[in-house]
Amino acid sequence: MNNPPDISQDSKEYEEYAHGIRKHVRGYLMVGATLLVFTGVTVALSYVHFGTQKANIAVAMLVATFKAGLVAAIFMHLAAEKRLIYRILVFTGFFVLGMFWLIFLAWYDYPIFR
Amino acid sequence: MEIPYTISNRPDTGLWNAKIGIWLFLASEVMLFGGLFSAYIFLRIDSPPGMWPHGLLNVPVGTMNTAILIISSVTVVLAWASLKMRKYNAYWWYMLATIICGLIFLTVKLAYEWPQKFDHFGIYIKTEALGKYEQYLGNEYAAEKGLAPRLEITGHLHNRAALKDPNIKEYEVALDPLNADPTNAEMDRPHFWPHPATEKIATIEKEDVQYATMFEPRHSAYFASYFTITGLHGLHVLGGVLVFIYMWLPVSKRLYQRNPEHLANRVEVSGLFWHFVDLIWIFVFPLFYLL
Repeated sequence: MNNPPDISQDSKEYEEYAHGIRKHVRGYLMVGATLLVFTGVTVALSYVHFGTQKANIAVAMLVATFKAGLVAAIFMHLAAEKRLIYRILVFTGFFVLGMFWLIFLAWYDYPIFR
Repeated sequence: MEIPYTISNRPDTGLWNAKIGIWLFLASEVMLFGGLFSAYIFLRIDSPPGMWPHGLLNVPVGTMNTAILIISSVTVVLAWASLKMRKYNAYWWYMLATIICGLIFLTVKLAYEWPQKFDHFGIYIKTEALGKYEQYLGNEYAAEKGLAPRLEITGHLHNRAALKDPNIKEYEVALDPLNADPTNAEMDRPHFWPHPATEKIATIEKEDVQYATMFEPRHSAYFASYFTITGLHGLHVLGGVLVFIYMWLPVSKRLYQRNPEHLANRVEVSGLFWHFVDLIWIFVFPLFYLL
């Protein structure tokens, strides 16, 4: 979904533009409804047993990632943004994953527990 | 001096300034919450099998708060779209709805969920005394069914004076359903609807207690990370609400009349922040309430 263009002074163009925004609004409402439904799905799935606790966590995180993706792509307009913002996010992703990785390495510091 | 590039794009970045600003800020926020989440993961995988508390939070209330935050994300994006269509009245109402949603979320958190935890008592029993309280713990039953061992008795503390007074030698606790009837298969797994504490009172001698505390951060790594992460998240919600209130007050009307696109851009960047706060909650909710 693209960002709506900046508003035009021309009244005819404005009509087209307003129509475009209205279409976006429908999209936003649909996404909101989807998010609400998937909140219910997350709750319901947590009472289903997928064998191990790890499997349940994996399923819940999968649903959460999908929901977060919808929020980021549509509400935060990341589906169509300027290149610079993607660059900022690639940097962020790199460093945040690096941080998670460091913590993961620290796990092996205490062999007594395992 | 006028602030540059509030509406038009800066030639070298291709964006208006506030948009880059908010994204850089959100990048730092990702690191902030990333650190806390990695601490959570570390604590959790490090806890002995079955020892991570489960089912201590109120799921229906948490679900409702999640829904409220999602709805507020929709209303803020509609507020922005209304400004883009130059409908100030609609903007005003959507903004009001957003503010109300944020305030409901905070009220539920601070006036209901947290105080309820601060009033819930947990007693960890010393290993050697576990047998003495078998009638409340049901460890034989748990071992038979392959459930995690139970080391804690929870409920509502009746003699609060026992917390401070060393002369009182025991705690009197109105038991939670699990401890009141530990061999009931109904209680093996957490329920969606929380069960209230029972009328059954247990007397637990202090010399058998490893440690006892309300459900506060010091209770466990679970509650420590729960209060830290939801607390920081709550501060973000509060910050967002304050910004929205500012943009909803008559000052915003004046900016709107002077330069509607400038107001729309302000709403867009604060909306980006708000969606990010929503996005964090989408992960917090299952991790702490459900798993």
